[in-house]
Amino acid sequence: MATSTTPTPKTNRLGLTVIEYKGGKTTLCAGCGHNAISERIIDAMYEMGIEPHRVAKMSGIGCSSKSPAYFMGKSHSFNTVHGRMPSVTTGAMLANRTLLALGISGDGDTASIGIGQFVHLMRRNLPMIYIIEDNGVYGLTKGQFSATADLGSVLKTGVINDLPPIDTCALAIQLGATFVGRSFSGDKKQLLAMLKAAIAHSGTVMLDIISPCVTFNDHEGSTKSYKFTKDHEEPLQDITFVPHFEDISVDYKEGETLDVTMHDGSKLRLHKLEEDYNPTDKLQALSRLAKAHHEGEILTGVFYVNTSAPTFMDLLNMVDEPLATLPESRVRPSKEVLKKCMDALR
Amino acid sequence: VEVPAVIWDIQRVGPSTGLPTRTSQGDVMFTALLSHGDTKHILLFPSKPEECFTMAGDAFDLAEQFQTPVFVMSDLDLGMNNWMADSFEYPTKPVNRGKVLSKEDLDRLGGFARYKDVDGDGIGYRTLPGTNHPAAAWFARGSGHNEKAQYSERPNDYVNNLDRLRKKILTARQFVPKPEIVANGTSKIGVIAYGTSHWAMTESRDQLQKEYDLALDYLRLRAFPFTQEVFDFIERHDRVYIVEQNRDGQMRDLMKLVVDPVQVPKLRSVRHYNGLPIDARSITDEIISQEGR
Repeated sequence: MATSTTPTPKTNRLGLTVIEYKGGKTTLCAGCGHNAISERIIDAMYEMGIEPHRVAKMSGIGCSSKSPAYFMGKSHSFNTVHGRMPSVTTGAMLANRTLLALGISGDGDTASIGIGQFVHLMRRNLPMIYIIEDNGVYGLTKGQFSATADLGSVLKTGVINDLPPIDTCALAIQLGATFVGRSFSGDKKQLLAMLKAAIAHSGTVMLDIISPCVTFNDHEGSTKSYKFTKDHEEPLQDITFVPHFEDISVDYKEGETLDVTMHDGSKLRLHKLEEDYNPTDKLQALSRLAKAHHEGEILTGVFYVNTSAPTFMDLLNMVDEPLATLPESRVRPSKEVLKKCMDALR
Repeated sequence: VEVPAVIWDIQRVGPSTGLPTRTSQGDVMFTALLSHGDTKHILLFPSKPEECFTMAGDAFDLAEQFQTPVFVMSDLDLGMNNWMADSFEYPTKPVNRGKVLSKEDLDRLGGFARYKDVDGDGIGYRTLPGTNHPAAAWFARGSGHNEKAQYSERPNDYVNNLDRLRKKILTARQFVPKPEIVANGTSKIGVIAYGTSHWAMTESRDQLQKEYDLALDYLRLRAFPFTQEVFDFIERHDRVYIVEQNRDGQMRDLMKLVVDPVQVPKLRSVRHYNGLPIDARSITDEIISQEGR
């Protein structure tokens, strides 16, 4: 009698299969860039061997913000109020600093209604990954321009955008985020490497990911379509990520590669495509971004990285354990402390 | 979403920026029903610094027990002026974290439905992010959901959820701080005051007794939703004056919404809304005028 053997499914370093990282079936449009980003998030979390229960998926409102329902179904998720994901995430991280916060926002959620929260989040260097799924339009309300739409970009209806875009990357770098980059939902390799580095980073990671809206902003005249992005993408580096638990050597000529050692010992390997670019230089990052705007390029890659800045948790002098589960004996000061406070007011 | 939060409202004069350095009790109605849709919230009304301290503990306990925001309705007079107070007493009650399931609970139960009314009190069980169990995660969202926290626009799911939330606020009646009542057992006239109006109310009762030989029973309200004592107090009296620091008699209006309709005509209003803290003489004069004396 013939015997059949089922092949053992591939697992990551935790022994989990990639299925454990999947979510519900997407309800976004077929071909939406957001779906590709969800897939890369699944891959990155799986390959990095992150425990799903340790991830807090946070989002605002919009097509982008629906997407946490479509990946990592075994992780807690909070679909907050429009533009208010940063404050809810700050609260969640203060309550439990051992979580890995993954925030999904859109260009509308971030650059318009949420801009006030966004700028203050960037100042704080809260440990979290903040992803903008950037398509330049409000998809859920039928495709009006958002504040990241480029000057001169044209809507299907013929409306021309006549306001300058907000560059969320430049803003994030200027305000204090410690890992800032831009990628493209269609650039699998680059996006996956950047997401893995983001997971390894301790501090605010801000990734603006161009994610074309197939329904409202993927036509001739749009500057956020698949075709336009492919034609104008200008990668700064060829990015490789080597996790601390893997031993892979990639040979590049000396001087061509910059290795950034992440907090967990992983290596972010940036093979320079532009000789003089140094991603630890804030001023250079800002000026390169300004140049890209001037020349109509969609610059991608890691623009800025700083692995030594104190995080919000360091600044607040937080205890190592989650506040949410500290026992009462540690959260309620003693009778003597209260008496001392009272005596001081007499 | 149903997550706990404590929000302190130092009420000052509105509408809009109003009189930014003046006091009022003008956010009562707004806060009780805050948010769109059918919503009611738990409110606490401290009258003095000592009570701000104890109600802070009460507010956190209630927020966790009911998995909902709790609003502590202070005002500018109490929240920003200097007060004399007794030393705060050290709390003896343990912290109440409410219905939180641990990893061990989930091992035993196998799973849970976040918004299912298991105990008939309108309050579901929850897990905290970071709980190391494959069944621990749930999706918190403001949009419609079923008992398992899954997105749903089904009429039944929506109605069930709204009805459960009503049950939850009804349950809260049994747990919020009870009013303080001073009654002589014979008076047919009652007064209800809350927050910082308490001090002028106390002095006014003395004035009414001394100058007009008018004895008033007094209920100092400490929370919304109203506890049974409030309904009983209104029922026991022929007339009940509700003393407050806003133009519209907001607390009286909230009471009108929930008391037995036959009780509504008993409810009278003494209002003070010029930005200064309420004073005893204003209350005394208004009650005497409404009593036709």
